[in-house]
Amino acid sequence: MKAPRFHYVRPESLDATLGLLAEYGEDARILAGGQSLMPTLNMRLSQPKVLIDINRIEALKGIAVHDGMVRIGALARHVEVMNSPIVAEALPLIAEAMPHVAHVAVRNRGTFGGSIALADPSAEMPACILALGASVVVDGVRGRRTIAADDFFIGLYETAREPDELLVEVLLPPQKPGHVSVFMELSRRHGDFAIAGIACHARVAGGVINDARLAYFGSEAKPVLGTRTMAILNGKAWPTASNEVVNAALDEDLDPIGNTFGSPATKLHLQKVLTRRVLDAAVQRARAP
Amino acid sequence: MGEFAIGQGVPRFEDPRLVRGGGRYVDDVALPRMAYGYVLRSPHAHARIRSIDTGKAKAAPGVLAVLTGSDWEAAGWRDLPVPGGMKRRDGSPSYKPRFPALVKDRVRWVGDYVAFVVGETLHQAADAAELIEIDYEPLPAVTATANAAVPGAPLVWDDCPGNVCFARFEGDKTATDAAFARADHIVKHRFVINRVTAATMEPRGAVGDYNVADGRYTLYAVLQRAQGYRAELAQVLGVPESMVRVVAGDVGGSFGMKSAIFNENPLTLLASKLIGRPVKWTGTRSEAFLGDAQGRDNVTDAELALDKDGNFLGLRVKSLVNAGAYLQPGMPAFTGNLGTLAGVYKTPASHVDVTVVFSNTNPMRPYRGNGRPEAAYVIERMVDLAADELGLDPYELRRLNMIPPEAMPFKTSVTFTYDCGEFEKSMDIALKMADVNSFEKRRAAARKRGKLRGIGLSFTIERAAAGGFEGAEIRFDRSGTVTLVSGSHSQGQGHETVFKQLVCDRLGLDPNEVYYLQGDTDQVFFGEGTGGSRSATMAGSAFHLASEKIVVKATQIAAHLLKLEAADINFADGIFSSAKTNQTLTIQEVARAAADPSKLPKDMEAGLVSNAVFDTDTQNFPNGCHICEVEIDEDTGEVEIVDYNVVDDVGTVLNPLLLHGQIDGGIAQGLGQVLMEDIRFDADGQLLTGSFMDYAMPRARNTPAFHVESNPVPTKTNPLGTKGAGEAGCVGAMPAVANALVDALSVLGVKHVEMPATPERIWRSIQEARAG
Ligand SMILES: Cc1cc2nc3c(=O)[nH]c(=O)nc-3n(C[C@H](O)[C@H](O)[C@H](O)COP(=O)(O)OP(=O)(O)OC[C@H]3O[C@@H](n4cnc5c(N)ncnc54)[C@H](O)[C@@H]3O)c2cc1C
Repeated sequence: MKAPRFHYVRPESLDATLGLLAEYGEDARILAGGQSLMPTLNMRLSQPKVLIDINRIEALKGIAVHDGMVRIGALARHVEVMNSPIVAEALPLIAEAMPHVAHVAVRNRGTFGGSIALADPSAEMPACILALGASVVVDGVRGRRTIAADDFFIGLYETAREPDELLVEVLLPPQKPGHVSVFMELSRRHGDFAIAGIACHARVAGGVINDARLAYFGSEAKPVLGTRTMAILNGKAWPTASNEVVNAALDEDLDPIGNTFGSPATKLHLQKVLTRRVLDAAVQRARAP
Repeated sequence: MGEFAIGQGVPRFEDPRLVRGGGRYVDDVALPRMAYGYVLRSPHAHARIRSIDTGKAKAAPGVLAVLTGSDWEAAGWRDLPVPGGMKRRDGSPSYKPRFPALVKDRVRWVGDYVAFVVGETLHQAADAAELIEIDYEPLPAVTATANAAVPGAPLVWDDCPGNVCFARFEGDKTATDAAFARADHIVKHRFVINRVTAATMEPRGAVGDYNVADGRYTLYAVLQRAQGYRAELAQVLGVPESMVRVVAGDVGGSFGMKSAIFNENPLTLLASKLIGRPVKWTGTRSEAFLGDAQGRDNVTDAELALDKDGNFLGLRVKSLVNAGAYLQPGMPAFTGNLGTLAGVYKTPASHVDVTVVFSNTNPMRPYRGNGRPEAAYVIERMVDLAADELGLDPYELRRLNMIPPEAMPFKTSVTFTYDCGEFEKSMDIALKMADVNSFEKRRAAARKRGKLRGIGLSFTIERAAAGGFEGAEIRFDRSGTVTLVSGSHSQGQGHETVFKQLVCDRLGLDPNEVYYLQGDTDQVFFGEGTGGSRSATMAGSAFHLASEKIVVKATQIAAHLLKLEAADINFADGIFSSAKTNQTLTIQEVARAAADPSKLPKDMEAGLVSNAVFDTDTQNFPNGCHICEVEIDEDTGEVEIVDYNVVDDVGTVLNPLLLHGQIDGGIAQGLGQVLMEDIRFDADGQLLTGSFMDYAMPRARNTPAFHVESNPVPTKTNPLGTKGAGEAGCVGAMPAVANALVDALSVLGVKHVEMPATPERIWRSIQEARAG
């Protein structure tokens, strides 16, 4: 199949982009890396009237540290994030997760902002920014907003971004000493979308887990924090915290949706398996010098 | 000839061209004034078409033609070929469905052909197709094989009761019943062999070019057999074969799927005739899933009768096979391969009972092995199931029942008479390669790492190069260089390499001076083609015979030139010599002389050209032992293949490098089906696995290095001693991988896992085994 008819614009500035978004709203679609958008157009699953290509906008590019936060521009390609020394140093969770995002060819074009804006329930990056307590910056003619990742993901492919807003960057707190992060996922083949997965960030000392943030993806309509599980784990030594209690909490936290890759029961089971493995790894990593 | 001799692992001559993008595939064909076709496919699995309105589409920009079933009918062209000659259970003739290129009043699968739109550009054609207004009345659909034959199931063809197309029986029912009556043990199992798609790298495509001036039709196509293709096409068009030319360049994979003509072929030709311009159609990947013929898909009940010592007494197999919505050429051919069910065993009595049913799904065609892997899977799973039930060692159970070399030729109780093979020896080599003796240590070590390790063996045999013929031509030109004209067509196997190697070995030629030609019916006289693991045997033998003819004639010419008797001339490594003179002649010199009648004996025709046909009524039986080792993550059901060893017997090995390529690729397809590949439909018949995101193909990461060794037992049924190698890997892999999976899970009490054994399915079978 080939894409239906659409208009194509390639603004050179942020302001021009925001103007176009204000003008076309729901009828417009931002074109970033195109790795998700182009297939849906070619399969005629979506038929926007206007494509706004943001690839020329310098303000959306780059990865840098500002005011103690790491700023990843919406247009940073997956491959840039994967190879960034800043990310390797300050955001080991993202560095660990990025190789699981698709394949080389897709990572060469796909963008960090595109991944967050799309909010695929099986995608790695939304879960990571949720686990890290990052915030998402969106801009529009009505003004700029900073939205906590906790509030950004609303439902299936649904975010707090309004149709006339552009995702411009994500701000992430660098990992602090005493913290560890662990990323794990299960997929049919490496590089496929996850069937179940966890992005975890926690303070771990002497086997005791504090302030754990466990973001579950692949099994729900959107990445979700395992809030009850996190509360149960808080201040306890792992693995002394009983598996059963954690599993019971996960029964409450999660409500998996089945698909061709797994039934709800399988997915819930896999998230339980991963929780155990992720926490084991967290404790082990904290111990390793 | 040293590095190009038969038996050398000569790297493929094709590769530099293909890997640098120099391939010439059908989509690379660009003709002046070419227009583009687009197929509008049915969105329903089953529906009546109340009306079709093409008005808006015809008026859309750039549209040159919109063809529907009525236009097809009006053209007066015939149906696409539908196989016949089979029988139903009551002896009445098989059901022969109509098969027009475009349907008129009823669609029978999601993807069925409703309209063909031709535009100045592909996009214009696709846009216009969306403007065609069709009033569908959806009908109940049946997709699952097991449901198609259930009384009351929706009828795919109203006048085909029970959806039964035909039935087929093999073996001896009375003898088998008697064997079962005196058995000490009867092992039974039902297997569901799922549906897969060929997923060729190059999708199907066609360029149709009708020449108004001379009234001739040219089709640029993807195919396996040029002449058969042309014959089918001429029949559909209702014109003499000489008025049709079929040309195929490189073909990027077929596996049986591209073996016969398909609807788009005559559609591009009809459209070309109507608009007076060439018309190209290229399938997309999405269309490949929706429109390609698919493979496998049956439900099989098997029973094995044994005496108290484990001797096989009888085998009973009852199988329900899905034909899809139409009956496609080649589909019934799988029945010819049921003989694989006999395996390498002495089993004295067998009976096979097959029913083929229609359903609202893609039509079926041969797919790598065409019945062989399915049958091999059934018998080799049954042997493991029997070993488990009787508490016997699966290797020893096979050893006990294997046909020994001294019993050859051996007539099995299903279909075939094997001519040769050393099964026990091949198995012993494989057992050693796989270090089976220390497997339990590896299992225990894996357990400590939280993994379930299993080992599985299969010993399979299949029929290759079924009786038939193939032609080959060797043409020396006036300068002494050579063109090889092959009737067999490559879809990536490496025909060019092996045939050049063969002829260069026989005639002492430099492969750089040899041009290989295939796939153009104006240039190739024969063209029975590739399929059923036949090319090395058939075309290889034809090239061998053609080489011999060249040597005979060239020797006469050399004798004439050297003024000696032909009997005094020796030929080796491209040089004619004689003990009676110190003069020599190269074959090129002889060929140059052959082009000049003044240099030839009086009655000899000029030219050094030979045409040979290899014609046989027999077949050969490649066989081999596969041993697969897997590790399963008990918590997640994830499978890793950690070791894979093969000992094959494909007779004389012409080129070990290409042989390994065939075996490796076959294994990848076999394990792909057992572990992940799966075509699925929902209850309404909608395809759920319509892209590579949903239809999982194995990748390099899913396949370990395969260790392949050969125990060649050359066959006497052809001059080269080769046996077919194209399907062997796939045949052995399905049961070997499945047996390994079950062995790994057996500690938990699991007896069988259905394919594809996805992590989910494995995890569920663990849960079920635990629950008792
Ligand atoms: C074969 C394949 C496998 C893949 N596997 C994975 C995987 O395993 N994990 C994974 O996470 N992803 C995977 N992807 C998706 C890939 O990571 C995409 O690149 C990513 O999801 C979207 O990024 P993009 O830049 O390509 O966005 P696009 O495709 O250009 O856009 C995607 C959507 O986001 C919107 N959008 C993009 N940027 C912005 C912005 N700045 N502001 C507002 N809206 C915006 C677009 O309008 C569009 O709706 C895969 C893709 C392919 C083709």
